[in-house]
Amino acid sequence: MAALIKLENFSKTYNSGEMEVHAVRSVSLEIQAGEFIAIMGASGSGKSTMMNSVGCLDRPTSGKFWLDGVDVGSLGRDQLADLRNKKIGFIFQGFNLLARSTALENIELPMLYLRPSIPAREQVERANQALSMVGLADRGDHRPSQLSGGQQQRVAIARALVNHPKLLLADEPTGNLDTQTSIEIMGVFQDLNRKGMTVIMVTHELDIARYCKRNVVMRDGRIVGDTAVTNRLDAVEELQKLRLEHQAVQLAT
Amino acid sequence: MIIIATIRMAIRALQRNTLRTLLTMLGIIIGVGAVIAMISIGNGARAQIESQIASLGQNVILVMSGNFSRGGIGMGFGSAGTLTKEDFEAMTREVIGVSGASPEVRGNAQVAAGNQNVNTSIIGGSEEYAVIRSWTITSGSNFIDQDVRSANKVALLGKTTAGTLFGDGEAVGQVIRIKNAPFVVVGVLGAKGSDARGFDQDDIIIIPYTSAMKRITGGTTFRSISVQAMDAASSPQVQSDLNELLRQRHRIQDGKEDDFTIRSQQEIADFATASTKVMTVLLGSIAGVSLLVGGIGIMNIMLVSVTERTREIGVRMAIGARGQDILLQFLIEAVVLSVVGGGVGVIFGIGGAYAVAKTQNWATLVSTSSVVLSFLTSAGIGIFFGFYPARKAAQLDPIEALRFD
Ligand SMILES: Nc1ncnc2c1ncn2[C@@H]1O[C@H](COP(=O)(O)OP(=O)(O)O)[C@@H](O)[C@H]1O
Ligand SMILES: [Mg+2]
Repeated sequence: MAALIKLENFSKTYNSGEMEVHAVRSVSLEIQAGEFIAIMGASGSGKSTMMNSVGCLDRPTSGKFWLDGVDVGSLGRDQLADLRNKKIGFIFQGFNLLARSTALENIELPMLYLRPSIPAREQVERANQALSMVGLADRGDHRPSQLSGGQQQRVAIARALVNHPKLLLADEPTGNLDTQTSIEIMGVFQDLNRKGMTVIMVTHELDIARYCKRNVVMRDGRIVGDTAVTNRLDAVEELQKLRLEHQAVQLAT
Repeated sequence: MIIIATIRMAIRALQRNTLRTLLTMLGIIIGVGAVIAMISIGNGARAQIESQIASLGQNVILVMSGNFSRGGIGMGFGSAGTLTKEDFEAMTREVIGVSGASPEVRGNAQVAAGNQNVNTSIIGGSEEYAVIRSWTITSGSNFIDQDVRSANKVALLGKTTAGTLFGDGEAVGQVIRIKNAPFVVVGVLGAKGSDARGFDQDDIIIIPYTSAMKRITGGTTFRSISVQAMDAASSPQVQSDLNELLRQRHRIQDGKEDDFTIRSQQEIADFATASTKVMTVLLGSIAGVSLLVGGIGIMNIMLVSVTERTREIGVRMAIGARGQDILLQFLIEAVVLSVVGGGVGVIFGIGGAYAVAKTQNWATLVSTSSVVLSFLTSAGIGIFFGFYPARKAAQLDPIEALRFD
């Protein structure tokens, strides 16, 4: 079976004034369907740049990129938009929800741009399903400002999933969250991955990367490490442990 | 993307900043309102002048004393007094194609009947005057040529005058006193209404010109003579024959200017409609400029809105909105702004036209075409001025839009 994602000599160079910044340098990488990958590396190592290109938000300067067998480099603006709409769910570090729309409206948004379009009633139905899947069934009419960071990220995940994509991309999804909420989000990802979703996420936290199956490490725009995770963490267990620790602390005081 | 969903989205976006939305619409509201009100005023003036000219009578040629050609022609009449009774008689006798003619003298006089007393305008004419000027006679009858020849004291009352003097009672057969001279009312005229300047055309008394010159206006000359041509086709020939006849009679040498002015009803109508058309166009285009300013206001606000919502645009693009979806979203927002503004403007425009009609006593005529046209124009303005900001939004790069703050 062909790889879901294939990068070949993938490079991205930014031209900011006279300075040339080689954000990604000739990276080659294959990712199969069903994988759960953490892309790691220091700040500025090119993780986001690569993720944005894989998410069809940006184009590489040179090199090739196939998504699900399609040569993305040959596609136009509209076709890229359609790919983002149907095949890819993108989750951002800053959530990027529309502040003046409710949680449910935010989740409905990708269906608005679906071609061919689906009936309004089905849109609401699917949005509600996605909302209960991330455990926020009763928060549909809340605005982002009325939700906690973890809840906002759950809404963002529901939005990313509502068009049933093949691939879930997350750029530092736990960057703005506390430890427990981060583990909860990783639990959601593990659950999705178990059901067959391919998940690629960027993180610079080592312990978060241990919830994934494969870790790719970048430095200065190159891949310097690519390993399978051996002693993988399970979010349910870790949350249980955390709860026990809490109780112990409370008993001790 | 479904249009209806986009329209709903646009309305919600506009509701979020109600004050700004209202202020932006204000330009279009004022513009459309002004266009409709101004065109209504212009059309009203034209309709009234047209009906007034029609009431002048069919195929009427007006011979006025004095020369107006240098100062252009007004609706007024000459005062130089160059038209004599002999001129009038020669016209009916010597010009072929004339079906009727009447001199006209005018004056104001105190008129009394019983204990009622009014000051009204007195018109002296021949027995053909009422017919030529398309007056109808609702009761009684016209005076006859014998009355004119003998300067009999008989009178036709305008509807208003009859009402003032006799109320609902029968006027025909009664005696009225004009400047203390007793006149017998022989007929009452049908209503013509008020003219373009708001004067009541029915507030008159028509008497034989001979009687009028003897007792009211004095003098021996006429300010004008109305000549009716047999039909429209013979009208130009009659007009030039009249011209020749008068030049001959007044012994005007070649190269010298006429001491009279001849205008056909058509010429008067053409001039009047041309001048009201100019007025309508002038008023309309001044109002149109404000509509344009309203459109520029929409463009301005939409540009601000696109900049403010760059991140939102980025998010929408990131989850799969095509450029055209974003274009449509902002275009529809601009069109909703302008169409709602246009709708409110239509209401204000019609209201304004009525207000002017009521307070200024001007005739206004709200035409459906001006309403439809300015409404469509406002929608067009939304599309035209909304397009540039919308395209700017649609061409944003998703990544750069997402990074914007
Ligand atoms: N739009 C841009 N213009 C210029 N340089 C950029 C731009 N985006 C990223 N870079 C540079 O590219 C390099 C990689 O950035 P990035 O992919 O964001 O790293 P990471 O996500 O790993 O922190 C950095 O040196 C960064 O400064
Ligand atoms: Mg980054």
